[in-house]
Amino acid sequence: MKPLFHIGRYFLLMKRVFGKPEKSSIYMSRIFEEINVLGIGSLGIVAIISIFMGAVITIQSAFNLESPLIPLYAIGNAVRDSMILEFSPAIISLILAGKVGSSIASEIGTMRVTEQIDALEIMGINSAGYLIQPKIIASVLFSPVLIVFSMFLGILGGYVFGVLTGVVSDYKFVYGITYGFRPYNVFYSLVKAAVFAFIIASVPAYHGYFTHGGSFEVGRSSTKGVVYSSILILAFDLILTQLLLA
Amino acid sequence: MIQINNISKSFSGHKVLNDISFTFEKGKTNIIIGQSGSGKTALIRCMVGLNEIDSGEVLYDERSFHQLDFEGKKGVRKEIGMLFQGGALFDSKTVEENVIFPLSMFTDLSESEKRERANFCLQRVNIVNANKLYPSELSGGMKKRVAIARAIAVQPKYLFCDEPNSGLDPRTSIVIDNLIQEITEEYNITTIVITHDMNSVIEMGDNILFIYNGTKWWEGNKQEILKTTNQEVQEFVYATTFMKELKTRF
Repeated sequence: MKPLFHIGRYFLLMKRVFGKPEKSSIYMSRIFEEINVLGIGSLGIVAIISIFMGAVITIQSAFNLESPLIPLYAIGNAVRDSMILEFSPAIISLILAGKVGSSIASEIGTMRVTEQIDALEIMGINSAGYLIQPKIIASVLFSPVLIVFSMFLGILGGYVFGVLTGVVSDYKFVYGITYGFRPYNVFYSLVKAAVFAFIIASVPAYHGYFTHGGSFEVGRSSTKGVVYSSILILAFDLILTQLLLA
Repeated sequence: MIQINNISKSFSGHKVLNDISFTFEKGKTNIIIGQSGSGKTALIRCMVGLNEIDSGEVLYDERSFHQLDFEGKKGVRKEIGMLFQGGALFDSKTVEENVIFPLSMFTDLSESEKRERANFCLQRVNIVNANKLYPSELSGGMKKRVAIARAIAVQPKYLFCDEPNSGLDPRTSIVIDNLIQEITEEYNITTIVITHDMNSVIEMGDNILFIYNGTKWWEGNKQEILKTTNQEVQEFVYATTFMKELKTRF
């Protein structure tokens, strides 16, 4: 019964989150603040992880392509498809679930245990809407940007490391990333990114919002937020892949 | 005026409020006292809707709060100011931003008008040269005063204070008590204060409600409480050596 209780309470919270804002201009400025904190603030980690992922895929692909029948441009092809289809949307989202999700859950959880959320309610403010809505909108709007950024850097990382280590020539790598390119794959990836972004912002926010107790419970909410959002990302990865690619 | 009629509330089968009725009068400092765990905070959380009541009703100037829909409750809450035990200031905002916040949400004042109003409220609670400080940089007494400034910024009709002088030294406690009393009279609002501090009760208690084990046990004013023969109230009032000595002298 407990999972059903949480699912029901999550959807009731989302109904409140997307209620009419008290003042649209304030919500708008909160969205930009959150884009700055959650999105721009994640550019560094996304860049580092993407470059290394692209480089590792290049080297691993080269290591596994021993047959002379398989052309070397397949390395570029593998890097492109791996980054676009899975690594950028799913792995980066899992990383963001850890970074952004724990920050959202602990921020909202701390506000709960220090009565700041009660203070908002007493003022007549829809605390769920004021605190969570801008985070979800900022996350959904900016996540596709991060994912495209990751795809680009991942492929660039693969190219640079591939050429520097001599496993593939620059011509073959570039030929590989352009060969058989399907723009639909990028669309599929961006749909996944938007759905994962919603999960990354809303699930930890749910756990933070319903924190009871003190600092120990804030930590537990933060952990739960990260764990459940990660599991949901993997589950929706499978569902969306089946729906959009099968 | 706030009227509560037959309020009851249980948490996990344990009854914390049992059929409490009382009238909190306008323009007066209404005080709720009782031992720790007697249900004082639960009562005001039920009154402002932070907890749902099991039965009974709360009337804000004859508007039944619990029968209002979400938007209706929001409307009543805009008329409420609340001082929480820990201040509940927004720790990511400066002192000035904390006071401006409700003005930004509910008024169409220009930036300069909001700043002017915030400065007026901060000066009213004797906070000067602290506008740009964050709550973590303030002392306990300052936090409470900033919380009062935030509560009065939108000129509430009802002011709730949950243990406003807990954790404060006696002099700062008196400053806070006087401030609450002055604001109540100045704006002619209905103020409800939860306290354990007998000094506050004697200073401010125009109208006192004593709660014992979740039940209304006694009501009266600051003159009557010193003379009451009710045993539980006497035990509470004369718990300290100082109060006991005071009783034997007079």
